Amino acid sequence: MPKIDVDTIRCKGCELCIPACPKKVIGLSKTFSATGYYPAMMVNPEDCNGCRLCAFVCPDVSITVYK
Amino acid sequence: MEKVVFERTKGLTDIPMRYCPGCGHGVVHRLVAECFMELGVQEKTIGIGPVGCSVFADEYFNVDMIQGAHGRGPAIATGIKRCLPDRLVFSYQGDGDLASIGAAEMLHSAMRSENITIIFINNAIYGMTGGQMAPTTLLGMKSTTSPSGRTVAANGYPIRVCELLSAMEGPIYLERVSVDKPAAVVKAKKAIKRAFEYQLEGRGFTLVEILSQCPTDWHMTPLQAIEKIRKDLIPYYPLGIYREPQDDKRAKPKKVAVEKES
Amino acid sequence: MAERTLMKGNEAVAEGAVRAGCRFFAGYPITPQNEIPEYMSWRLPEEGGTFIQAESEVAAINMLFGASSVGTRVMTSSSSPGISLKQEGISYCATAELPIFYTNVVRGGPGLGNIAPSQGDYFQATRGGGHGDYRVIVFAPKTVEEMANFPRICYELAFKYRIPTMVLADGILGQMMEPVTFDFDPIDPSVFKTPDWALRGSKPEERRVIKSYDLRPGKMEQWNFRLEKKYDEIREKEPRYEAVNIDDADIILTGYGTAARVCESVMALGRKDGLKIGYVRPITLWPFPKSIFKELGEKVEKFFVVEMSLGQYIEDVKLSLNGKSEIYLHKRPAGGIPTGEEVLELTRKILSGDKLKLVA
Repeated sequence: MPKIDVDTIRCKGCELCIPACPKKVIGLSKTFSATGYYPAMMVNPEDCNGCRLCAFVCPDVSITVYK
Repeated sequence: MEKVVFERTKGLTDIPMRYCPGCGHGVVHRLVAECFMELGVQEKTIGIGPVGCSVFADEYFNVDMIQGAHGRGPAIATGIKRCLPDRLVFSYQGDGDLASIGAAEMLHSAMRSENITIIFINNAIYGMTGGQMAPTTLLGMKSTTSPSGRTVAANGYPIRVCELLSAMEGPIYLERVSVDKPAAVVKAKKAIKRAFEYQLEGRGFTLVEILSQCPTDWHMTPLQAIEKIRKDLIPYYPLGIYREPQDDKRAKPKKVAVEKES
Repeated sequence: MAERTLMKGNEAVAEGAVRAGCRFFAGYPITPQNEIPEYMSWRLPEEGGTFIQAESEVAAINMLFGASSVGTRVMTSSSSPGISLKQEGISYCATAELPIFYTNVVRGGPGLGNIAPSQGDYFQATRGGGHGDYRVIVFAPKTVEEMANFPRICYELAFKYRIPTMVLADGILGQMMEPVTFDFDPIDPSVFKTPDWALRGSKPEERRVIKSYDLRPGKMEQWNFRLEKKYDEIREKEPRYEAVNIDDADIILTGYGTAARVCESVMALGRKDGLKIGYVRPITLWPFPKSIFKELGEKVEKFFVVEMSLGQYIEDVKLSLNGKSEIYLHKRPAGGIPTGEEVLELTRKILSGDKLKLVA
């Protein structure tokens, strides 16, 4: 099952990955991360196809992609 | 079990980057790092950090780094490269660093065709110092030093670096790219890698200009900022190749540089 | 051993640097030091070194910042206005502890001034002309032979203490010719091991970083105190001076560089006339040789400073004497050359108790 793992220490909730994802998998978490941001997370995990586009645009290189 | 298809490059250190949320610097840092890793030259790379938001570059690039005076990256790179010709030397600079205070160093390192690569982040603003007008700030664009919008009368025309340098013999490879969307990021990485390859082949001066978003000092969200790149920056700073070696199979037949939309 | 050759000062300091292992020079044209880049433009390539005429003195010093960061022995040179342009870069080198070597062939100032010899850059050289608490080791030659031999010492101290070093000359020393015998054999820099701090492209775990900033609270302060420890050690171990006829002296004539030569000849003339004149000349302007002045201040009542400026070196003399003696100053700024006759005349007046305008 392809998926992404977001490093919530690095992620600053900038939302750039959200429109980058062709499958609308990503949204922002409702809970604060340790660094005080609403980090990105998979809101429709089943739709992820491991295409990596989210990781391409992430300014903090906080996304690891599995396929 | 899933396999990792994308992970953080070892070309970056583990230190979380302190750029503002959504800043383009972080993306470019990853691209530069992935390029020298994929070219297998991490232990032969020396990077120069500028003065500006990316003054902290020496903490992020996992290679030998030196941080130089504002605008002097090309001169520092010249000194290093002339002494260690087989190393990969890149000077990472913002628009104020390169095209304002460092304009002479930019022009003359290009004129001498120093065998270095300049990674030029064009975000049309001075970021670190809080949003002042840069030489690349667009006409009409507000900043803390052009509060009612940049005007020709008071502040002259924004500088198009790739076009400027393409009038010189020295540069070997000049390309303007952007990081506003995934496809653009892929192209940006190709450009950086190509510049590094040309340097490693000893061809001479290479520069990649990267249109990058600065949400904080453009006073907008990251998503609005990448939209601004498409709507405002790209029309004035057309993406494309402004100089490339003709003997490279990737080279398009020689024609005038990408026409600007009328 | 080394044969004696007639050399021009500018060429002597250039050859001295190459002979001492300099393999990178970046400079820019400015009178009266042009022979240095001209000489280097053909001499360095002979040794496989690099010569670059930079687009400005600012670019030149930053090329040095790069070249020295990989361990190369580097040099730049300029004259007064050009050295002013390099000050930011020099401050960076001092902070990043880079062992650069440079020469100021001082001309008349301030402003564009003229192209005549002068000593108007003493403060800039010894007080750090750039920003921040940093120091630079300053050697003041008085002969072309010293111009030739000082670069070797400068490089040794630069690399030993990881500090910028300079030769402070002037238009006379740069332009005149004198016989020179090198007191050292040519050094091939390949004998030097690349210093551990030098950049080269490293394994990630041995990654090297050279920089001059630290924004973390208290860190830059600590950095300054680290530099100060080095400066204190240099102040203690490295001052150099020359002193002649100081045991029976009624008056000490003092100056550096070209002005020191005038003091020396006045002493000789005066001695013939039975005038008990002593002579002191600092060879290092920083670290300043305080001790000899402190010592002489106890037993000699009058000091007569000769300077080709409005009086800058005199302040260090005053600081060292700490109010002990009467201090007189003969000043010929911006191309003015103090002649032996006029200085001897003034010395006679001082010795005869004529209260010339005392320096406040």
